[in-house]
Amino acid sequence: MKKRYATQKFYYVLLLIITLIVVAFVFGIIFYLVFKGAKAISWNFIFKFPENGMREGGIFPAITGTLYLIIGTILFALPIGILSAIYINEYSAKNKFSRIVRLSIINMSGVPSIVYGLFGLGFFVMFLKFGKSILAGSLTLALMVLPVIITSTEEALKAVPDTLRHASLALGASKWQTVLKVVLPQALPGIITGLVIGIGRAAGETAPIIFTVAAFSQPDLPRSVFDQVMALPYHLYVLATQITNPPQDIQWGTALVLLIIVLIFSVTGSIIRVRQRLRKRELS
Amino acid sequence: MKSKFRKFKSFLITKFISLNGVISIVVLTLILVFLIYNSLKFFTEYPVFDFLTGTKWSPTSTEKFGLVPLFLGSLLVTVGAILIALPLGVGAAIYIGELAPKVLREILKPIIEVLATIPSVVIGFIGLQLIVPAIKNIFKLPIGLTALAGSIMLAFMSLPTIISISEDAINAVPTKFRHASLALGATKWETTYKVVIPAASSGIVASIMLGLGRIVGETMTVLMLTGNSPRIVFSLLQPVRTITATIAAEMGEAVNGGLHYSALFAIGLVLFLITFLINLTADKFISRIKNF
Repeated sequence: MKKRYATQKFYYVLLLIITLIVVAFVFGIIFYLVFKGAKAISWNFIFKFPENGMREGGIFPAITGTLYLIIGTILFALPIGILSAIYINEYSAKNKFSRIVRLSIINMSGVPSIVYGLFGLGFFVMFLKFGKSILAGSLTLALMVLPVIITSTEEALKAVPDTLRHASLALGASKWQTVLKVVLPQALPGIITGLVIGIGRAAGETAPIIFTVAAFSQPDLPRSVFDQVMALPYHLYVLATQITNPPQDIQWGTALVLLIIVLIFSVTGSIIRVRQRLRKRELS
Repeated sequence: MKSKFRKFKSFLITKFISLNGVISIVVLTLILVFLIYNSLKFFTEYPVFDFLTGTKWSPTSTEKFGLVPLFLGSLLVTVGAILIALPLGVGAAIYIGELAPKVLREILKPIIEVLATIPSVVIGFIGLQLIVPAIKNIFKLPIGLTALAGSIMLAFMSLPTIISISEDAINAVPTKFRHASLALGATKWETTYKVVIPAASSGIVASIMLGLGRIVGETMTVLMLTGNSPRIVFSLLQPVRTITATIAAEMGEAVNGGLHYSALFAIGLVLFLITFLINLTADKFISRIKNF
């Protein structure tokens, strides 16, 4: 009997250690990045162009480039994602076809990001002749985050009680009016959560943008959606591997700025999600 | 008249929404079509047998496009990563799902979610700064850019997937299973080990498959850490090059529409098919979870 409890104790400690390793890794990365990167961050670093072959100056064009890509991704992914989720949850019958739709969404989220990059190159850049541009890059990133937005919107729609739909329909509203004016407002927090989490992912991706939009360096800010831009993730890759011995500060600073932008989105998403969960608990 | 117009409008709206609804099928099909379309030149000009069995990948000097070194490179890094991720991921999932007090669980879950949001290029950068020099010193190697460096960082990148889905599966095991086991005199650990884990095994396997999918498809981290040498090696302490890294590294220098360009789409197609199979398998296991 004693031995059985000793075994239990042993495994409990082992599992605790494993969990602590994982947690330590997460905190280790974040604190080390803040510790090393904070020194580099200054007004000039954020608002200046790179100088002297990226060995001096700032990362302004990479930050603005990433922001342009974020805006472009939202413009394409949000309407399509929401409409797609509305179709799945409100319009489609539950049959074999809807099972195929669901399966293809799961598979879309499993497609490697570099394959999205290849597709963006083959389809948007070459076939549709958008060239290497903000337009091609945003579209590629939008496709990549669609599954995230569709899935979370669908869950939000599912959580809206049917009684609300029935009440609206009984008052003579059409199906579309019901969806637009009753269901969607109720589902809004869930939709925003998905959007914000999706955008956080898009902002940090490198592989899909290498062939579709990212520029090694740009002397000016872009003038149209057909221009290339620098982007933070690709800039960090360039600094870390393509340039001979750039100052450590600039590399760590770039990594930290990228992490902060991504975390702003994902933490916002998590906060909305938690607040929703609490509100739901109050209601029930 | 008015109602006729309304009917027509609602018909149009329904059609438009249906069009968006099938976007996922359209996109997946388009991806497959364009991968095939762009690799046609390669498959017609380069013998498929030589592609699948060739042991040399040297696109510029001798125009040899052998898949084997790249495939083995991906396989080696993936096996290494899974060997590290499996005990860490399943162990942490068991701790969080079964043992941790409720408050701790609510703290641990978002911490692991944060790990999922750290961009792969940042993970690669950290690996370059910390793991690569460490491997070089510990194993007394000339360079630290090895399959092992990639495996370690990829393992951590796959953990959020493995932990969250395994933990869901563990939570889905009905409490009465645990009570029955405890009532029979089993200790808490024996219950976890012999009742809960077997009952949650479909979900745990699914989580590992999905983690595997992420590892195989990951690009930036391996591009930055594994040394990028397309040779056949069987040691984690050697530099390798994966399928993903090859595409990312060489597309810039390949001439648009040329044989090399087309060959990179061909290995992209191989990668797409591999991950597609992995995800379908994972889905099979996931659909088994719900049947309690």
